[in-house]
Amino acid sequence: MTRFWTRLIVVLTVILGVNYVAWRWMASLNWDAWWIAVPLVLAETYSLIDVMLFGLTVWNIKFRKPPPPAPDTATVDVFITTYNEPLDLVMTTALAAKNITWPHSTWILDDGDRPEMRQLAESNGIGYVTRGADWTPDMPRHAKAGNLNNALMVTSGEYLLILDADQIPEPDILDKTLGYFNDDLVALVQTPQYFINVPADDPLGSQAPLFYGPIQQGKDGWNAAFFCGSNAILRREALMQLGLVGYVKATEKSIKRALAASKQAIKKARRSPEAENPLVEQMLNDVEAATESAQKELQDGASLSEITYRVRRKVDDAVRTLVAADFSALQSDLEEIAAMELAHVGESGVTTVASDAVDRMSGRDWSPLGALESVHAVLDAISVERTDEAQPIMPLATISVTEDMATAMRLHGLGWKSVYHHEILANGLAPEDIKTMLTQRLRWAQGTMQVLLRENPLVQRRLKWGQRLMYFSTMWTYLSGFAAVIYFAAPIIYLTLGILPVNSISFDFFIRFIPFMVVNQLLFLVAGHGIPTWRGQQYSLALFPTWIKACTTAARNVWFGRPLGFAVTPKARQSGGPSWSLIRPQIIVAVLLAVALIVGLIRLLAGMSEPLGTLVNVAWVAFDLVVLSVLVKAVLYKGFVPESGPEDVGPERPEERNADAV
Amino acid sequence: MQFSYEVKDSYAEVKSVGRLNMVAAPKLREVVAEVVAAGSSRVVVNLAETDFMDSSGLGALIGCLKAARQAGGDLRIAAVQPQVKMVLELTNMDRVLTAYATAEDAFGDD
Repeated sequence: MTRFWTRLIVVLTVILGVNYVAWRWMASLNWDAWWIAVPLVLAETYSLIDVMLFGLTVWNIKFRKPPPPAPDTATVDVFITTYNEPLDLVMTTALAAKNITWPHSTWILDDGDRPEMRQLAESNGIGYVTRGADWTPDMPRHAKAGNLNNALMVTSGEYLLILDADQIPEPDILDKTLGYFNDDLVALVQTPQYFINVPADDPLGSQAPLFYGPIQQGKDGWNAAFFCGSNAILRREALMQLGLVGYVKATEKSIKRALAASKQAIKKARRSPEAENPLVEQMLNDVEAATESAQKELQDGASLSEITYRVRRKVDDAVRTLVAADFSALQSDLEEIAAMELAHVGESGVTTVASDAVDRMSGRDWSPLGALESVHAVLDAISVERTDEAQPIMPLATISVTEDMATAMRLHGLGWKSVYHHEILANGLAPEDIKTMLTQRLRWAQGTMQVLLRENPLVQRRLKWGQRLMYFSTMWTYLSGFAAVIYFAAPIIYLTLGILPVNSISFDFFIRFIPFMVVNQLLFLVAGHGIPTWRGQQYSLALFPTWIKACTTAARNVWFGRPLGFAVTPKARQSGGPSWSLIRPQIIVAVLLAVALIVGLIRLLAGMSEPLGTLVNVAWVAFDLVVLSVLVKAVLYKGFVPESGPEDVGPERPEERNADAV
Repeated sequence: MQFSYEVKDSYAEVKSVGRLNMVAAPKLREVVAEVVAAGSSRVVVNLAETDFMDSSGLGALIGCLKAARQAGGDLRIAAVQPQVKMVLELTNMDRVLTAYATAEDAFGDD
């Protein structure tokens, strides 16, 4: 039944929304003030697309029944990822994980490599993993994705339950989820992330009831439920397959690129002073011949290991022959010297070149070739060892700081299925101060934008259209910062300057706008079964500086290789007084809104503006201020205080706990 | 799953018998590391009696290939069975590894 009503309201929203926005474009623009009229209509179009994508998401909302039992042969590794969280917090989670009823091995994946952590793990019979010897300091570490990829190589369970250090699992988490894997194509089961240290009014907007509810259930209906980094179970085979496919792709690309660049590199080397040495010149000729034949073999479809092996073999042979020739000349010189000065040689006989000298001097770094950096780099890249990564197989995607989303998208691209299980099976800790919260939101937004810019879901040919739109939909919501700025600016401009972005505020406007707004809110109400969504709506506008910063930093990172300024979200509350400076842009906007309110009223009294326009814009400003007011609460928030004694584990939310029973 | 190895004239042959899956994968890495450390960096993994391989098994082969290459040698596979051939193709790994007909053929050309 819910599904029917939801779909009906989706249809109505789309009809009324298109009716309003089309009219805005075609008949309402005030071209005299195009500089605000066009941005505003673009922002409204953005919002319409946003709500249409939400409508599409909930169109296929899926309420799953409990899965069948899993075969009792299924083996599981439970991974607890940590970097710098307090030891007791990690151990609380680890011991709860150890108590999971389904037979499993528990592992602490400690990226902080802390001896105390290791000791605690071992004394409690819990496995302990840190980065292996391959993760030398010059290799990219890839944060959590790297931590998981490292652990995948040293464990062997069929399934992996991934938990953040603060996510305390219920003992039956595996009993309730493993059965989904009876379907051989299921690669991922995601359960909600729920936080127990959040008061009922949720000042920091930590709970995401809309996301871990209708949105994930809707995405599930399109076989696009996301992986969210924690509280999820993954199939090892699927991840490893992803790692292999990625390895082949990366290797092929790097070899092709190196072969294509080799001509240029050799040309450059020939112009260098070292190339005047006839020995070096001969080597360069041999290297060129080797890369040319490799290019031909690649076209003929030879395997990459054969091609790279032969190049290496030919180059090594050439270097060896020439170095050996050099040494034999040296040796005969030595013998001549010895013959001339026979009397001085004594017991030791003729001085000889050390027998391993040729080997030593033929090594990549010592040979004359080593001095020619450009050639050296090309030869290094013609390899199947993936020398730019610590390990050749990297199952979890490393293109984004939100490795979870990127990984899920690639799994879907390979044809795997995902499941969203709507039942809280782990209880976590949310940030308790605005600074940490802002860091976390920034990171999520940056990661999401990285995925959009690196692997735009709309052009992933192996994804179904529904899946493409589900990924795109989440990315689209992170563009809201730009729209928010315009929504704040437009009423300020009207109230202070009297410039209206529309032709007139008339009956035509209200008859189109109000029904759309009403049905829009109704959609959230029906699709969400009345769960609180207001906090989320506030934050999507109020955090506009964070969203904009995420977009610009991610674009700089992807296009120009600049660092993101990555930060691990601290789990402990940051100390210090209220940090108003963190929301400076929002305070400025709020002041401007308040000033506009006063100026607007003065202009009205002075007869400089029309009452209806002023009324609409005053209402708009009031709405903006109410939206921004959430931040005052957030800045003043002093951390979580349990409402009824320490035994209480936190407020239960039955409506969040099980909505399956619909 | 069982691994055994034999050092021949110009290469070492590692025989893999049974299922080369996520449980056996770490073992294969160990065996090949041992062979390479003992001085045989030219390794053939004979898969004639490997009737099943999964992605973890293939991942281990890549890890072993890296180890052999870094020691200046090579790792090759021989005598793949139909299921293994299918997995190689499914993951595009046939672009990387040539499957030789027999262990003797693997280093036949050099």
